[in-house]
Amino acid sequence: MSEAVVSTRIRLARNLKEYPFPVRLPADKAQEVVDKVGEALKDCGIKFHRIDADNVTDTILVSMIERHLVSPDFISNEKGRAVYLSDDNTVSIMVNEEDHIRLQVIKDGFELDEAFELADKIDNILSKKLNFAFNDRLGYLTQCPTNLGTGMRASVMLHLPALDMSGTVYRIGANLSKLGLTMRGLYGESTKPAGAFFQLSNQVTLGISEKAAIENLKNITTQLISQEMRARDGILNRIEVEDKISRALGVLKTAKLMDHNEAMQLLSLVRLGVTSKKLETLSAESIDKLIVEIQPASIMSRYSETMSAQERDIKRAQIIRKRFE
Amino acid sequence: MLCQHCNKNEATTHVKTMINGEYAEYMLCPECAHELGYDTMFPDFNADFGGLLSSFFSNALPARSGATRCKTCGSSLNDIKRSGKVGCADCYDIFFSELMPTIRNIHGNTEHKGKRPGAIEYTVNEEKTDDSADKLTSLKAELKKAIEDENFERAAQLRDEIKGLEG
Repeated sequence: MSEAVVSTRIRLARNLKEYPFPVRLPADKAQEVVDKVGEALKDCGIKFHRIDADNVTDTILVSMIERHLVSPDFISNEKGRAVYLSDDNTVSIMVNEEDHIRLQVIKDGFELDEAFELADKIDNILSKKLNFAFNDRLGYLTQCPTNLGTGMRASVMLHLPALDMSGTVYRIGANLSKLGLTMRGLYGESTKPAGAFFQLSNQVTLGISEKAAIENLKNITTQLISQEMRARDGILNRIEVEDKISRALGVLKTAKLMDHNEAMQLLSLVRLGVTSKKLETLSAESIDKLIVEIQPASIMSRYSETMSAQERDIKRAQIIRKRFE
Repeated sequence: MLCQHCNKNEATTHVKTMINGEYAEYMLCPECAHELGYDTMFPDFNADFGGLLSSFFSNALPARSGATRCKTCGSSLNDIKRSGKVGCADCYDIFFSELMPTIRNIHGNTEHKGKRPGAIEYTVNEEKTDDSADKLTSLKAELKKAIEDENFERAAQLRDEIKGLEG
């Protein structure tokens, strides 16, 4: 499974009954919400640190997006927003993004049940201290009606290079909405997703239980993976494809300048080679980590916030060369 | 404006995206949008929600409660419609019948199944279809009576509620 699934995410949207939703929340009340959530989190046996959005630089915020710890929407307006992060970055709780609470659990690999179990446990602990907005008919009340009901978004991050090469991934994507799911590109320069990484999530949250939504996502993911594997069988023995994969590793090992898009495409090919046992080099897990490290803001937040695009490309090439040594 | 991907066809799809850590917008033609997978990308319905909601407004009645603004947060129905954002938990009560058709349109359902807050031993409200069918029958009977009694205000409320259930 890990050949095609990079990571798994569960996100729960919750709001406090006694406060207006973030769109109508005055600044002083927003602070109160942040404090209350922090207080309630003390009971859950996991250590969290609080990061206030207006206290850190934009580069750090963007690097948090790249690591999927906060959403792009989180940094669109920093006032009164904060995130609580667990030490291992598995759990992140955004406060006052689109909802008062966006509780997220992220795990490596295909671990929907485990991720949900942890999110559910933290949610239970929070709900003892906090009074969640809930309606018998509509379920958990959320600022945007698209999240009503369970407030749960379950996603799997997929690597589908063979389906991408054959173009079928877009045909499949178009049909997923009929199944209550949605798929989009994860990384991407221009409008085309770079490196064939996709995120598949449930779209419907009202009228379907958490368990049923997860089962549905699991089934479709399994089917997608088997289609990907079949497509790989069809292309991997072609010399052109083998050549592409080997060359990709060669370039990664020697290049002096590496822009983000090129890096994503080459790493995607190498990941394909490694997971189908055509190449022996870094493991798929190490490649997945490397992909996060070479995202632009992640490089800048680690090395220097004033890097030019070219300095970044030099640094990126250097990090990659070193890793593949 | 021409599509920024193929530079040939008229662009009709506006794509907003966060790529490479930077916010970007594109105008695409339907074919390119489809090819690039943007026609299936609705991580949330925000962009479309206003449109969805307003399409239902041509035949909508004033709020059931007669309120034009939510007393708790001050949102008007227009605010919600424009932004796609509901102001507070009470808005869902006050503008219930106006929001219902949209909610049904988004989810294809209007009855929560799944977790409830508070108790660890929560009850799962799974497969409860018969109930809503019963409710529909009784609402329809009530509607018929309300019309016979010329109680049109009540009839309008019931009509919305039935519409919410039926979609």
